[in-house]
Amino acid sequence: MLRVDIEKQLGEFSLHASFASEGRAIGLFGASGAGKTSLVNMIAGLLRPDRGTIVIDGETVDDTAAGIHVPAWRRRIGYVFQDARLFPHLNVAQNLDYGRRMNRLPPDPSQHKRIIDLLDIGALLDRRPGKLSGGERQRVALGRALLSKPRLLLLDEPLGALDEGRKLEILPYLVRLRDEANVPMVYVSHDAAELRQLATQIVMLKQGRVTSFGGVKVLT
Amino acid sequence: MFEISPAEWTAILLSLRVAIIATLVATPFGIALAWLLARRDFWGKSLLDAVVHLPLVLPPVVTGYLLLLTFGRRGLVGGFLADHLGIVFSFRWTGAALACGVMSFPLLVRPMRLSIEAIDRRLEQAAETLGAAPWKVFFTVTLPLALPGVLAGMVLGFAKAIGEFGATITFVSNIPGETQTISSAIYSLIQTPDGDAAAGRLVIVSIVLALGALIAAEWFARRATARLHGN
Repeated sequence: MLRVDIEKQLGEFSLHASFASEGRAIGLFGASGAGKTSLVNMIAGLLRPDRGTIVIDGETVDDTAAGIHVPAWRRRIGYVFQDARLFPHLNVAQNLDYGRRMNRLPPDPSQHKRIIDLLDIGALLDRRPGKLSGGERQRVALGRALLSKPRLLLLDEPLGALDEGRKLEILPYLVRLRDEANVPMVYVSHDAAELRQLATQIVMLKQGRVTSFGGVKVLT
Repeated sequence: MFEISPAEWTAILLSLRVAIIATLVATPFGIALAWLLARRDFWGKSLLDAVVHLPLVLPPVVTGYLLLLTFGRRGLVGGFLADHLGIVFSFRWTGAALACGVMSFPLLVRPMRLSIEAIDRRLEQAAETLGAAPWKVFFTVTLPLALPGVLAGMVLGFAKAIGEFGATITFVSNIPGETQTISSAIYSLIQTPDGDAAAGRLVIVSIVLALGALIAAEWFARRATARLHGN
């Protein structure tokens, strides 16, 4: 599903990560500053590796030796950021529809309804992002990413900006998403408890290196 | 007392036409340049920035004279345009529009640039991950979010264009009905023995237009802020 073998120098910090996974929910675990976000940005195509390869679903999206770099907009990935990043000039319904429009996909009312129900955002459709709570924003961001029909979902600390109560509000949606949405995901977090609930496989990152790889047992 | 004569109307309408055309033609260039200055790093960027601002600090008569040398009948560009495309600038209202466009360009670009710089680039990244090619990102995210700034730039540019005097009179002279704008009409009237009342009326018209434009620009700027916060 996902194969990563990259090197990247970012100022003083060097990132050198290599792993391959067929897992449905890969947990990327590490302290802040371990290089998690840089790694995810490279998988997304927002950052270019200095050396190495990235393969998503059998397609090589980065191969520095062969001069391959598929730009982010052609990778068909869904990215949920810690800070939601909803478009402030569009309402919730337009935000949700954005990916479908950009990818010129035909409307898919049944998927649309399924995801809106799954995330419980049907009542928010007419609102502007400025009028949403943090938890609501994150759910809309999840829906927006899913509705672009990605082949891989990247979630970079999607609960990071929320307080404990809100986290507990979103977690069940993420579990349902993993089990029902049928999109493999990479879930980034520095919270072992979160990953134990969500991930089926763990990549542990420490100071830019993969230190362990395996089932959720490696978290202990 | 406040009866605007046909001759004064001619000057007012000409000013409006010149300023509107100047603003509309300058806007796409202004947006492109604002984006370039806000979002790209390239060799000679500070020089380009300085050149854009030059009409703001150069004596208007110098700008007008340079336009005459370049776009006049015997000028390098003007000669080519006249011979091959039939576009003539010298002593025509189109020349007045060109002079106004050049003179107002720095004011037009500035709010556009500021509003593009204020847009969170991470929103553009989010659009990219959702499958938007760079030009689509520009038209669906960058431009709509910058729109109030774009309009503010247009209003300011328009206000400056409608009051332009020095470069216009140098480049295209002061011909009633063809190149005599409000400013040049006032200039002629205050040199005429009994032109004071007419000059006074045109002065009031100028003040009203300028004030209206500034208020409109301010309103658009406030809209821009609200828009960026998603309310």
